[in-house]
Order: sequence, then structure tokens, then C-alpha cells
Amino acid sequence: MTLPTIFLNGIGAFGPGFDDWPSLSAMLRGEVAWSSTATQAPTPQALPAAERRRVGMSVRLALAAGFEATAHAHADPVLLASVFSSSSGDGQICDGLCETLASNDRLISPTRFHNSVHNAASGYWSIATGCMAASTSLCAHDASFAAGMLEVATQIAVTDDDHLLIAYDTPYPEPMQSCRPLYDAAGIGLVFSKHPRAQSIAALQVSLAESSVTPCPIQAMTALQTGIPAARGLPLLSVIAKQEAGAVYVQYLDPLALRIEVKPCRANC
Amino acid sequence: MQPLQLSAFTVTSCLGHGLEPTLKALREKRSGLSGRRFETVTLDTWTGEVAGVDDVIIPAALSSFDCRNNRLAWLGLQGDDFLGRIRDAVARYGTERIGVFLGTSTSGMLQVEQAYRHRDPMTGALPADFNYHHTHNSFSVTNFVRQALALRGPAFVVSTACSSSAKVFGNAQRMIAAGLIDAAVVGGVDSLCLTTLYGFHSLQLLANQPCRPFDAARDGLSIGEAAAFVLLERVQQRTGNNDIYLLGVGESSDAHHMSSPHPQGLGARRAIEMALEQAALCPADVDYINLHGTATRNNDAAEALAIEALFGPDTPCSSTKGATGHTLGAAGGVEAIICALSIQHDLAPAGVNTQTLDPELHVNYLRTNRETKIDCALSNSFGFGGTNCSLLLGRMPAT
Repeated sequence: MTLPTIFLNGIGAFGPGFDDWPSLSAMLRGEVAWSSTATQAPTPQALPAAERRRVGMSVRLALAAGFEATAHAHADPVLLASVFSSSSGDGQICDGLCETLASNDRLISPTRFHNSVHNAASGYWSIATGCMAASTSLCAHDASFAAGMLEVATQIAVTDDDHLLIAYDTPYPEPMQSCRPLYDAAGIGLVFSKHPRAQSIAALQVSLAESSVTPCPIQAMTALQTGIPAARGLPLLSVIAKQEAGAVYVQYLDPLALRIEVKPCRANC
Repeated sequence: MQPLQLSAFTVTSCLGHGLEPTLKALREKRSGLSGRRFETVTLDTWTGEVAGVDDVIIPAALSSFDCRNNRLAWLGLQGDDFLGRIRDAVARYGTERIGVFLGTSTSGMLQVEQAYRHRDPMTGALPADFNYHHTHNSFSVTNFVRQALALRGPAFVVSTACSSSAKVFGNAQRMIAAGLIDAAVVGGVDSLCLTTLYGFHSLQLLANQPCRPFDAARDGLSIGEAAAFVLLERVQQRTGNNDIYLLGVGESSDAHHMSSPHPQGLGARRAIEMALEQAALCPADVDYINLHGTATRNNDAAEALAIEALFGPDTPCSSTKGATGHTLGAAGGVEAIICALSIQHDLAPAGVNTQTLDPELHVNYLRTNRETKIDCALSNSFGFGGTNCSLLLGRMPAT
């Protein structure tokens, strides 16, 4: 069962060693050597000052990926339905809550509590953009990137609306990091439409298949692919960066992988 | 969008285990809330704790998933021959053509809260038996249910706070419409934990008596826990007048504030309008509204404005959270099933605990049960982050 073709119109990327799609795509093409430096995410200027002060790494990362992707796609964020997908949301906030609740004084911060919801990034995105369209927030552990891709392709197949996918993860501090080691934080934003646009970068066809996962062609970066759920999408981004045609298999749920067939849109090669 | 059939469903909450005790409690206007303190919680509040969760033994092959949330899920799955109905669906469609989409807000959070209390005094490490993947990660509950039901199709958790298990109906609807799957297990499981109890307390949104939705003196919510499961599939065969269909789903975002609803209820209104549009129904077609009705000052006021603007003051409505407590990520599933029961049994259930209706809220809030024919019911679920979802359920598909 293959879903109808969707068109990728814009990409945003933040992670260890890269802070936008041009820098990541140069690394995936092998033009620039990847070196691991700690992930940085800019403060979201689009948020009102009160909200801006309250957001942590996961929200900054998700919003940065979303704003880069929508700008790249020349898309108006107000018009985009969105799918957020993350394995664990914000690890720092979760750890902070657990620390307080394990102490003798369980008075937790109200801001930390409402920021702990898995859909915090989605909520702040809608506040920052004024977008009232539908938005969902998914989790499928290590399959979260593929779950988000599958959901976006499904929504576009059924609704015809343009969609934004934001896959993002932040690591936990200790002691959780030992139980769930993540390499670092990463956020990937992708804007899709049902029909090709002047900005379209590639045409994607999504299906489910029983297959092993495609490794990231840059061997050093496989540590990212396997170490951050959002970076499970690196093999896809690699094919797109090289403007190649081909199929990649992204980690999904046993026994399935997500098969994504990519065809570059030649106008933008 | 084609209507889908709710071909099997079951709910477990503080009202009881399965549909029969749930319906009985609604008929008797009984609340399941109790002043008993949960775990080590010292807050002065009432909760909707499900009896017997601690005694549940989940299947040995899945023992790595053992935590309160998955015990509650397993308890819930035993209700109303739901497991048998899944076996029938597997025989019809195969294991890879049935999706599992469940809502939860905290999944196995209690497990990690307790693990933090038992860290190694020297190293700070969490106990060796703490299983992050199978208990704490939000996906844990869907992963557990998918494996317990031996299903192999698409699956994820939707975690959009208190709209989570309403939104999963939309996920299933779209995946079935796109042809990826033939059926889906949807619903939600959320269990009591310290994060939500102390969290709502920190926001001063926790009532210190049983919550009183739409009451003039309402002062916050009571937290409950629940497991709700629905098997959704394309319309099979009309077996009788008790068949229930999902007619419409509407989803929106407030774009306003993280923990307060849009003051005029604009996001809520948009979600309801979209559900009506998808179902090709008008407000006059709705016979009963199961409100989100959390009993906080702002939530009820905003929702009442949305309802009044769309339906006027007459459509019978109530919040059943006075009976079940606010079951957070499970609330959408619980209340969709209550709507299904309302339709099947011609019962618009009263909202319990509410003494004096807030005269500022211009809706027809039921404080007594109304025996009336219900062909179509609306269920509202809204959450932190300004997430809104409305479901329309009905006796017959719209034609």
C-alpha cells in the first residue's frame, strides 16, 4: 500500500554540528566534513516576550526547525496544519519535575508543569505563528520520525492541505540519560504539499515495507542517526541533499520499515 | 469522509469496569470520586482512582511493561469481550491491517517518579529494574497494547494533553480513508501520578472537593484515571439500531496561551464547526453535548461561549467529569464511549456535583438525567497548548 505522492517544499535542520539545512546538506553531500559540536537552537523571536522567557531547548529547537522550513518553502505558517513528533519531548523539564517530586518539598513550578506536556512545542508554535489549524503531537519511541512522516503523508492524502512536520528530540540529563542515552538534541522541519510548487525540492512516495533500515552514507554521522530518534530521517535528507532519485528505508515498528521513494524536482536542482 | 463504525468499545474508570457499571452509575447519578489519598500525595483533593489496578497482573511475556498505566490498560482490555472482538477483526483483516492509536498525557510517569525516590545514594543512578522504553516513554502504552493484541500495523501515541484520545479518532479515520489500514484500536489510557496532581495544584486549578462543572462556585478540577478502547472500522453491516458511528472529527489550535483557553472559545468553536462540516450536519442535528467541562473558571466559561454561539441556549449538555474526574489523556475516549452509551440507551446524562448553575453560562446544562432519543451526540476535548478536538457520534451514518 503506497500513499499518493507528496511534494517537499522546504527543510529546516538543527543538530550537533549543523544549524541550518544548507550546512547539513553540505555535510551530507560530503563537501564539508561533519564534526560534532553541541546543538544550538536560537531563541524564538516570534514568541511574545513572556512566552519567550519560558521555553526550553525542545521548544526552541522545534520552532527554529519550523521557521527555517517554512521560510525555505515560502509557506505562510498560519496556513499549515502540523504534525510534531518526538520520542521524549523535553528531557530537562521531565528531570526537573521528577527531582522536585522526589524531594520533601513537592511544590513544582506551574510553568514547568504546563511546559511538560508532549504538545508544548505545538502549542508554542501556534502562539508564535497565530496558526489555528489542526496540529498533533506523536510519540513512537525510536520510530517517531517515521510515525510523523506516515501521518503527514496520510493527512495530505486525505485532506489536500499543506502540512508541516517537525521531528525533534532533546536528551535527558542524568540519571535518565543512562537509561535512555541520546547523542544530543536535533530538530528537523519539513514542509509538504499535495501538488508540486515552484519551490518543490523532491517528490516523495511513502509506504510500509518489511526491510532493514538504510544507513546514513556519511559513516561518521551514523552515530547521529542511531543516537537521536529525529535523526532517523538522515538517510532521507541525504538523498535529497544529493538531488538523487532512490528509495530509503527509515526505522519504524517491528516488522515494518517506512519506505520513502524520492524523485528530485529538476527545476530546483 | 465516510462514517466509521464503533464495532466494539469498553471503558474502565472510577465508575467501574466495563460498560454496564458505567451506564448504571450514569443512571444513578453516582460520582466515582473519592477523598482517599493516592500514593504518597498529601494534597487536599478528590480523585477518580480505579479500584484494583495494583492487583492486575499483565501477561508474563510482557512483564517488562509492568507499571500502573499498563496495568490499567490491561484491566481495561478485559472489559466487554473487547479481546474477542479484536480476534474477530484480526480474522477479517490480518494483523498488519489494524492500527493502534492511543492517547495518553503521562503514560508511565508514576514509574519514573517512584524510580527517582529510589536512586542509588552513592551514584544517583535509577534502580536497575527501571525500564524506560516499556514504562516511561509516552509510546509505552501503545507499544504494550499492540503487543498484547499481537497486532503489527501502524501505531503511535498521540500526546496532546487532554485532547489526546479524542484526536486518535481522527488519525484512525484518515488512515482508513487513505487505505493504509482497515481497522484501528483507538482510545486512551491515563493513570494517576504525582506530576499531574501536584502540577494542577501548582496552577491552582485543583478543587479540594469533588469538581463541580458549570457551577457558579466551581473552583477547579478533580483528576481521574481511565482506560477507554474502541475498535473502529468501515461500516460492516448494520446489525441494529444500536450501531454507533463516528460521523465527524474537528481539530483546531487556539494560538492563544499554554494553559488558558481562548477567552471567547474561538478554538473550541472552530473544532466543533469542523466536526459538523465533516459530518455534513448542522447544530440543530445535535441532540446532546458531552462538554469538556473541567470545572475550572476559565475553561467552562470559554466552552459555554462557544456552545452558545453555535447552538444557542437549548441543546442539552453536561460534563461527566463530576462522575469520572478529569481523566486527562483518556478523557476523549471515555467521553466518546459515554456518548455512545447515551445514544444506545436514550439517556442524556446529568452532570453530577453541580449545585447552582453559573448564571453567566448560557447553556442548557443538565442536572437531572433526561430520557430522550439521541441520534447524534457531540463530545468536546480541549487541552493545554490550546489543542481542541470535537467528535460527532451518531446512530446512523449521515446520508
